[in-house]
Amino acid sequence: MKESIVQLKDVRKTFPGVVALSKMQLDVRKGEILGLIGENGAGKSTLIKVLTGVYHPDEGQIIVEGQERQFKTPQQAISAGISCVYQELNIEKLLSVTDNMFINKWIHKGPLLDYGKMHQIAQDMMKKLGLDVDVRKPAGHYGMGVQQMIEISKALLANAKCIIMDEPTSSLSEKEVEELLKICRDLRAQGIGIIFVSHKLEELFQLCDRITVIRDGEYIDTKDVADWDNDSLIKAMVGRSLDNQFPKEPGVRSEKPLLEVKNIHRKGVLHNVSFKAYGGEVLGFSGLVGAGRTETMRAIFGADPIDGGEIYIRGEKVDIKNPKDAIRAKIAFLTEDRKGQGLILNESIQNNLILANLKGYQKGLFLSQKDMDSMGEGRIQELSIKCPSQEERVGQLSGGNQQKVVIGKWLNTNADIYILDEPTRGIDVGAKVEVYQVINRLVKEGKCVIMVSSEMPEILGMSDRVLVMREGRITGEMSRSTDAFNQESVMKAAWEV
Amino acid sequence: MQKSKLGNLSNYIGTFAALIILCIALALASPNFLDKANLMSILKQTSFNALLSTGMLLTLITAGIDLSVGATATFGACVAGAMVKMGITNPVFLFLAVLVVGGVVGLINGLLLTRLHLPHPFVSTLGMKNVLWGAALIITSSQMISFSNTGAEGIMVLGSATILGGFPISFVVVIAIYILMHILLTKTALGRSIYCAGGNMEATRLSGINADNVLTFCYVLSGFMAGFAGIVSIGRSGISNGANAIQPYDTDAIAACIIGGASFMGGKGTMVGTMLGALIIAVLRNGFTLLSVPSAWQNLVLGLVIIGAVLLDVTRERMQKKKK
Repeated sequence: MKESIVQLKDVRKTFPGVVALSKMQLDVRKGEILGLIGENGAGKSTLIKVLTGVYHPDEGQIIVEGQERQFKTPQQAISAGISCVYQELNIEKLLSVTDNMFINKWIHKGPLLDYGKMHQIAQDMMKKLGLDVDVRKPAGHYGMGVQQMIEISKALLANAKCIIMDEPTSSLSEKEVEELLKICRDLRAQGIGIIFVSHKLEELFQLCDRITVIRDGEYIDTKDVADWDNDSLIKAMVGRSLDNQFPKEPGVRSEKPLLEVKNIHRKGVLHNVSFKAYGGEVLGFSGLVGAGRTETMRAIFGADPIDGGEIYIRGEKVDIKNPKDAIRAKIAFLTEDRKGQGLILNESIQNNLILANLKGYQKGLFLSQKDMDSMGEGRIQELSIKCPSQEERVGQLSGGNQQKVVIGKWLNTNADIYILDEPTRGIDVGAKVEVYQVINRLVKEGKCVIMVSSEMPEILGMSDRVLVMREGRITGEMSRSTDAFNQESVMKAAWEV
Repeated sequence: MQKSKLGNLSNYIGTFAALIILCIALALASPNFLDKANLMSILKQTSFNALLSTGMLLTLITAGIDLSVGATATFGACVAGAMVKMGITNPVFLFLAVLVVGGVVGLINGLLLTRLHLPHPFVSTLGMKNVLWGAALIITSSQMISFSNTGAEGIMVLGSATILGGFPISFVVVIAIYILMHILLTKTALGRSIYCAGGNMEATRLSGINADNVLTFCYVLSGFMAGFAGIVSIGRSGISNGANAIQPYDTDAIAACIIGGASFMGGKGTMVGTMLGALIIAVLRNGFTLLSVPSAWQNLVLGLVIIGAVLLDVTRERMQKKKK
């Protein structure tokens, strides 16, 4: 057995109210490529941040080449030989390729920078990686593939012994992926250990020596790649039972679709997305983060421009150019980013509640304070929003109560189609159930609820029908009444295996 | 609801107390301060700044700024001057022309921001200030133009006339405008949209409000009010002078808004607070004159007042966050 470079032993990391990692194990060896997979929220990002010194574990050990280490800063992790190529590259696009490589480790000649030497080293580095680029040009001049190589060069310049690659192929072309995989193998041959995080199973099978699976912040298993297959990997990733926290009450599905989406297309993001949604049903949207679910909803709501496609409501074609048109067409859209896109934190509960339907509270030229007050009182009671008064600033409320305010805002538009993007993200269990009850009520009233969620239990617990997306396409549909309505088949569609 | 209205009032108590204390201090320091003539002259001085502050406040609420208000006022006055030189002397026509000019300047500022996507209006309105400064000098051939004995004296009424035994008309008009604007900001859908756009532009857009149009409106109104201020300035001085475009009028307007509770972060500020802020600035400047403080020191102290007001605002915010 080859010797270990980096090991995690029984690492635990908590955030207020959440256990992100517990008893986490990891072992990367010299000259191997270790695949790391897990579904959304399994703890991959936290794990990477612990390894790179961004987070400090509450318990457990980080062992680098047999010695226990504690990283107070990312810089310390880098000096210990652990570098990470993040999915979002840290490239300064206006600076030259050389500048990007030598940021923070400039080579000086006297008081000045020695660009002659740095350009030379950078050029050699790029050549070694098989790239023909002019290192004097701005990094933004080159595509994602080259920019990624700059990041890898940065790691190599820092004498990395272990390189973490966080979904490195997600934004590369096919040819660039091939080149990247080749470079990974070269690095392996030089004795570097690589942790390869990916959502693409075939890539993992093609490239890795061993694969580690984590789930819900816990370590599940590590095996040689030959001992895994698609089914066993998926099982290891989901392997949990659904509990009874979903008070699902089925509604009566309308005969004809309320919403029909035909061939929505957005270059590089969405590819001919088509589906129908009915009144009286919850249509769940599942898939991995970045599969295009939010983008689909934003396209329907007119928040982003689309390159093609049609939207029909009750069989009639509608032209939605902006959110205003969508609201007029009786569509409501609860965004996944509550604070950034849903609420005005410095404004009162009342002002947030009326925002999407200001006209509804207008009497003549003016807003009717009486109408707004009674509406606010009503919503606070109905949704049990805990607050001293409706004049309270929304920023002062807890996450769950904030979410209820956003829900109240959309209920006030009296829409027919409710698009809820991650409606229970970051809120406590009690508030979650209350959100589910609102969904039940809407369905009973014959409204159409489209729920995007990255939580598998929630998708299966609340949906009447599930659509699965992958890379901007719909890759699966399961109905609650069929045998295929289970975690395995949803996961298979999400990973397209 | 009742509670919140009281809460709002309590927000002004500090500013109001500062104004009163300032007045008492000046009354003690200078026997002339409480003269009726002096008090009326303070109100007259307040009018010009209060008009500029109206537009400034709106842009500040939307998390923007309009650094061209002073130059717009000067440019408007110079347009009137140039027209008089050309022989156009109908006061009503001049009056309307200046308002239109102000509105158009504001429209350009608004469109640069929302349609051509210039980054922060700090840059575009600063550029506009210089454009207007140059334009004001060009159309007046860098000459001061007097309105006396031209047949266009009528336009000076707004800035110079008084009613009820010395009360300046300009201040009466300003009060009327402030009441209207207060109603606009607090009682109408547009008013809510302005605050909400300043608080979170994206959330406002996704709530179906055309945030671009809301912003453009604010800049048009700012230019319009600056045009109005330009007419008041003609009445006060009897002339138009292109060189005034680079006077620190914008700073005085910003100071009035910030002292009155507006924030550079947007989403905050009221007409009542801004009026108190404008009065404080006018009283300060008047006090300086009465006490013969050199203008260099006036500028220095006013700068410190602005910094102090922002500091107070930031500290208050941080205390609130801590409390939570």
